[in-house]
Amino acid sequence: MSAPATNPPVRADRLPLIAGLLAVAAVLALGLAPQWASLPARLLLLVLSVFFAARLLKGRMKQFFNGPAAWFAAASLLVLVIVALFAPELSPQNPYDLAQLDIMDGRLEPGGTNFDGSMTYHLGTDEQGRDILSGILYGLRVSLMVAIVATMAAMAIGVVVGIYAAWAGGRVETILMRLVDLQLSFPSILVALMLMAAFGRGLDKVIIALIVVQWAYYARTVRGTALSEARKEYIDAARGLGLSSRRILFRHLLPNCIPPLVVISTVQVANTIVLESSLSFLGVGVPITRPSLGLLIANGYDYMLSGQYWMSMYPGVALLAIVASINLVGDRLRDVLNPRLRR
Amino acid sequence: MLVYLLRRIAQSIFVALAMMVIVFFGIYMVGNPVDILISPDATPAEIEATMERFGFDQPIWMQFLTFLGNALQGDLGRSFVHGEPAVQLILHYMPATLELAALGLFFSVLIGVPLGVYAGYKSDRWQGRAIMTGSIFGFSLPNFWVGMLLILIFAVELRWLPSTGRGDTVEVLGVRLSIFAEGGLQYMILPALTLALYKASLVTRLARAGTQEALVQDYVKFARAKGVSETRILFVHVLKNIMIPIVTVLGLELGSMIAFAVVTETVFAWPGMGKLLIDSILTLDRPVIVAYLMMTVLIFITINLIVDVIYTLLDPRVRISGAAS
Repeated sequence: MSAPATNPPVRADRLPLIAGLLAVAAVLALGLAPQWASLPARLLLLVLSVFFAARLLKGRMKQFFNGPAAWFAAASLLVLVIVALFAPELSPQNPYDLAQLDIMDGRLEPGGTNFDGSMTYHLGTDEQGRDILSGILYGLRVSLMVAIVATMAAMAIGVVVGIYAAWAGGRVETILMRLVDLQLSFPSILVALMLMAAFGRGLDKVIIALIVVQWAYYARTVRGTALSEARKEYIDAARGLGLSSRRILFRHLLPNCIPPLVVISTVQVANTIVLESSLSFLGVGVPITRPSLGLLIANGYDYMLSGQYWMSMYPGVALLAIVASINLVGDRLRDVLNPRLRR
Repeated sequence: MLVYLLRRIAQSIFVALAMMVIVFFGIYMVGNPVDILISPDATPAEIEATMERFGFDQPIWMQFLTFLGNALQGDLGRSFVHGEPAVQLILHYMPATLELAALGLFFSVLIGVPLGVYAGYKSDRWQGRAIMTGSIFGFSLPNFWVGMLLILIFAVELRWLPSTGRGDTVEVLGVRLSIFAEGGLQYMILPALTLALYKASLVTRLARAGTQEALVQDYVKFARAKGVSETRILFVHVLKNIMIPIVTVLGLELGSMIAFAVVTETVFAWPGMGKLLIDSILTLDRPVIVAYLMMTVLIFITINLIVDVIYTLLDPRVRISGAAS
């Protein structure tokens, strides 16, 4: 399609870095899962992920932070990830614990206090007396977790299918890529909606639906990258050395197909958050027991027309913040890490 | 050409059949067809009649042929809630969605083209960069969020426009439309704007890229040498040349407008087929869900087919590579 890319192949010492970054994303997802990780474990996870992110940008820091927008986006993303990771410690109330809720405190305005004044609801409460701020922190956790897990899994499936298609060639490739074309010719929201209509709502079901709508995208990208990488000299060199095709496939070709995906998957996490929140807003996403930001917005939406804006508005602002900061960081990452796309 | 066309149509039919098989097995293997196609509060006689019509006592391949036959005749069961045939119900709701999508497309051009042309003209200045950053927001903002914000500002606070519902309709060629009704258009503005936002960012990006390319062309230099004003160059000379790819892409995106309408219609309680789908999902009105699925698949397959054929007519290279594979 385009002229052969000129970026050098991934050096062997970059491999642990990429693997580490992916692993951190995976473990970060685990850390966000309810009651999975203890406080020290989550602290360690945070340090690890910041460390790997810094390693990824090593030597390119200056290029990444080229203006106030990049600083702002990176800082707000870090803050949002931290509050999501440490929601149980940071939030004033556990919105899942019915014993902590008081129906008398329902629909309080921002800044309202409870009966004996022991607790101030800075962002107001919803109709069941749940603190909106706590709901947002926990909702952010659910949104991020679902998006990261779904994106990682879709990427894994897409990489396997894409590499396999490029490697196998012939009829297998044609069939797989036709399937990808077919899948991508339908808008993801429609496919996800249909799947959720068939499955019913649930955390695991949302994740499955989000994987199904995304894998084809990665498969297509990886196949394209693999085809262009396979023509390069280092693959010829590896063949010339008499390495087995399995070794070439996994140790030489695969690692070189991953870097563009790291960038794509960052932006894709934001898209997945949007898609999940849309599904939840429509009432076919996450279960009501584990509200994500989208479901919080939907819950408050009925009251918005009567002027009680805070139930939808503040979760909406949180959603906007996380989506925008991921997108801006992803945009910078693309400029910095992907020389092919640099103009 | 004819061979290509025939093969492409055959492919589309194959895809449609494959989708039918998937839907069929979704209904008959995963779920219980009696649950899905017969209302839970149907009388035993009704259950009997429906079971006979769909032939549940017959072997599975026979059942598939019956399902296929019924589907081809446009019979996908009766809505539990509305009591009408599902296909008819969707056709009844379809015009509302289509007029919303059409106005949305119009808005997206109206917003996107001037912004994109200006961003292309000032591509190295802060104005250009601000518009491009803004278009990232247009891409990333959830549809329902934008709709909610518009309602909050224009309906709740300013009270300029109605928040939800459809308003008056007039009958045009046997179809009820709001777009031509005096009291109807104002109800369409907010939902259509919401629907347009994502496409507007897309159009902005396309228009910017096109403008950047066009500005270095000879005809622009020549127009400048003639002393034509910059505004005229941008909005007459350049615009004419960048509209073709934009219109092509928008044609392609019409299908996804219909899909995104599901969210927008729910936010604005717009009685289109997207809202019908969500209501049907929430009330477990499965025949309508199945019918919506089948009809959307058909719409998409048709759009893809038309686009492919038009591309082939416009660009012979597609035909050659298509014949080679």
